[in-house]
Amino acid sequence: MTATRAPRASMFDRPAGTLALAGVNGLLWGLVVSILIGAGLALVTGLALRPQLGTFALAGLAGAAVHAGLRADALGWRSPQSLAPLAAILLVSLVLSGLQPFNLGIGEAPLAWLASLLITVLALHWVILASQHPIRFGRMNRFRREQALMLSLRAFGFVFFGVIVVLPLYVLVMTSLKTQQALLANPLDLWPDFDQGLMTPLRSYIELFRDFDFGRYMWNSALISVATVVITLLFAVPGSYAVSRLSFPGRLTMSRSILMIYLVPAIVLVIPLYAIFAKLGLRDNLWGLLVVYPATTLPVALYMLQGYFRGVPRELEEAGLMDGCSRLRVIWSITLPLSVPALASVSLYVFMIAWNEFLFAFMFLDDPKMFTLSRGVVSLDSSEVPRQHLMAGAVVSTVPIVIIFLWAERFMVQGLTSGGVKG
Amino acid sequence: MTHASPSMRDTAVVHRPGRLSRRESRLAFGMTLPSILIVMAIVLFPLLTTFWISAKPIELADLRAPEVRAREQVKGEAVTADDVFLLRYKLRNSSRDKPVLDVRLEDSLPAGLVPLELDPRCELAADRSLRCALGEFEPGQSETLNIDVRAEQAFIDNPESAKHSEVVMTGRSLNPLLTLDFTRENFIKAFGVREFGTVLWVTFVYTIGGTAGALVLGLFAALLLNQTFRGRAVFRGFLLFPFVAPVIAAAFTWVVMLDPFSGSLNTLLVQMGAVEAPINFFGVRTIQIQIFGLSIPFPLALSMVIAFEAWRYFPLSFLFILARMQSIPQDMYEAADMDGASPFQKFWALSLPQLAGIMAVLFLLRFIWTFNKFDDIFLLTGGNAGTRTLTVQVYEQAFALNNLGAGAAVAVLVFVLLALFALVYFRAMPEEEGL
Repeated sequence: MTATRAPRASMFDRPAGTLALAGVNGLLWGLVVSILIGAGLALVTGLALRPQLGTFALAGLAGAAVHAGLRADALGWRSPQSLAPLAAILLVSLVLSGLQPFNLGIGEAPLAWLASLLITVLALHWVILASQHPIRFGRMNRFRREQALMLSLRAFGFVFFGVIVVLPLYVLVMTSLKTQQALLANPLDLWPDFDQGLMTPLRSYIELFRDFDFGRYMWNSALISVATVVITLLFAVPGSYAVSRLSFPGRLTMSRSILMIYLVPAIVLVIPLYAIFAKLGLRDNLWGLLVVYPATTLPVALYMLQGYFRGVPRELEEAGLMDGCSRLRVIWSITLPLSVPALASVSLYVFMIAWNEFLFAFMFLDDPKMFTLSRGVVSLDSSEVPRQHLMAGAVVSTVPIVIIFLWAERFMVQGLTSGGVKG
Repeated sequence: MTHASPSMRDTAVVHRPGRLSRRESRLAFGMTLPSILIVMAIVLFPLLTTFWISAKPIELADLRAPEVRAREQVKGEAVTADDVFLLRYKLRNSSRDKPVLDVRLEDSLPAGLVPLELDPRCELAADRSLRCALGEFEPGQSETLNIDVRAEQAFIDNPESAKHSEVVMTGRSLNPLLTLDFTRENFIKAFGVREFGTVLWVTFVYTIGGTAGALVLGLFAALLLNQTFRGRAVFRGFLLFPFVAPVIAAAFTWVVMLDPFSGSLNTLLVQMGAVEAPINFFGVRTIQIQIFGLSIPFPLALSMVIAFEAWRYFPLSFLFILARMQSIPQDMYEAADMDGASPFQKFWALSLPQLAGIMAVLFLLRFIWTFNKFDDIFLLTGGNAGTRTLTVQVYEQAFALNNLGAGAAVAVLVFVLLALFALVYFRAMPEEEGL
């Protein structure tokens, strides 16, 4: 398949073929959009919306066919002609569904009836316009066809990734604001009720901090994570500098074994560490975690930093050495200031690992006074604790890391890409 | 080499380990030593210990040191001076299979009580503390220590129960980790069971499925984001959420969302007419899928766990692939445009070959990490419903069945397989991808 060959005409480039292609595009989008809007509105309102899939498939097909048949160049969103496919979509969805496009009579919930219909029709119209933008009736070729397909796939990509990220996030946050009874009564109705004042949805959070000691868990987690970052950097900065800059026997072996050690999973280490810590009395003790966490993050920090230190221009350091600075002085006043971004990335990455760590916290901590957030949230996973508490705990453990992420996204992404060999 | 030219002498100075380079070595050792020590202590030493434990008959309960427990009884009563009553210590080794060595009892007698006849192993000090050196207690051995005491006037005036002070028992026991008895039983127990084949199979299906899923999703996400549009940075941040969120939050969200009774997604599926009754996604091993009248068994829980894995880790491959995409020289695409290449031709003939290297490296790396994963499955299903991988089996054997030795045996297998994969990785890793 060479790029130089001239595009070949195919059956899809003939008018009938173009119509058929557009029709399939519209049909699929009719399904996707109506399911999406139906499910989305159901999750927000709690109403029993159920799209008539056949209706919307045909509505999409009709709209797309009309759009393709218009023979218009680059039909714009505002151009009067674009009203034709819109009208086709609206008409088909109303008529074929018997005025109940979401199996919901207009009398039952007029607002939801209208909103679901309008949003679906407009979204369908918009996506058809956007994805069939390259279609020229009677003037198709491979390039245009693939471009249209590409646009369609792209739109689907946004929908797909939007849903798989937003849906869990929505469920996570909204469930934490409900009560167990309300959830069991109608699991679809995730909208918080403010019937007893503005603070009612937050009662799970209030209970977590008041009765479940989550303030302490948060403090423990913060303490451990920050201490892990500090200890890791204290060890990793000199270590990685030596491996990347100084020549000494065994250097190559060391630099190779870093990644190897990095790949050893926690589960292989947990049995002996458990046994040894139980004997030494380090279980149920934050000191135990403070030994284990830096040791497990150290290889990745060494790995990330040595790569970065190699990139610092050697000439700058040599100039410092020529001027009579000692090696340590050179590191302190030349290399480290140049490496602040890398240090930030490593710190954030290590912080994230420590904050999110589950296995060791789960195995080593039994005393609720010592719990980290991860361990605390797991302790909420029992039949005696209502589900919204578990979700509220999950939110509490997620929010700090997300805030840090948003605040320093650049460094975080940098950290993920250079250290993200782990995960 | 005294007759060498000046330039040669220079090189000779560089290559001989001179004072400077020795100093540099010393400095380097000093700088790397802390890292080496802590990694040795917390990674390499436990790794060796795993091998050691895997060959030892050791259970979780063995970690608790056996101890001799004491119960103190007072028989009789002193009403007037010179009344005699009995102090009794009932002692028992709480462990049924381990001796306790060098057992010592310590208690203090109330003022004014005088022992009539003291057991030869005991002595009463001037500060009224009673100390007994009782020697070795066999497993399960119990003994009763009787001491007749006479009450003096001081006791009658100021009666104090002898049970008031606490009996302190001390003793030594053999550290089960340090004994020299070995067994092959662990490996037989861990690998001989019938489910072991299933575990191995599930591990590889999970690892390959999760890796491939994360990679394909990552590639699609990278394709989406490899163009400029409004809100691109925000969308990218959004996509990283599954990976950045703590695993407990992500896993429990899925569990709650798919709960058969109160899960929103399950209810939604029922209401949309996709399924007739709510499905217990993480609790059912296989369901039958009807296609064209054929009934095909489908491993449900395992598929859900794989989907979770792909969902949670696609952001990582997405970041790597996107970074690689953005370093592909744009003039290649411009040339292809000049030649009239179609979008898919550009993708197949230009982008994919450029991405093949990073995809291969990512596959190997993700394969290793997915193979290592424990948290995700443990939190989602606890390893039930046909989702038990080797790592979950380590936990199951060691901490659910309380057999540390068998758990360590599985861990040894995990490590050996991992070492094999790592070997493949280091062999196959192209230098220029530089991961």
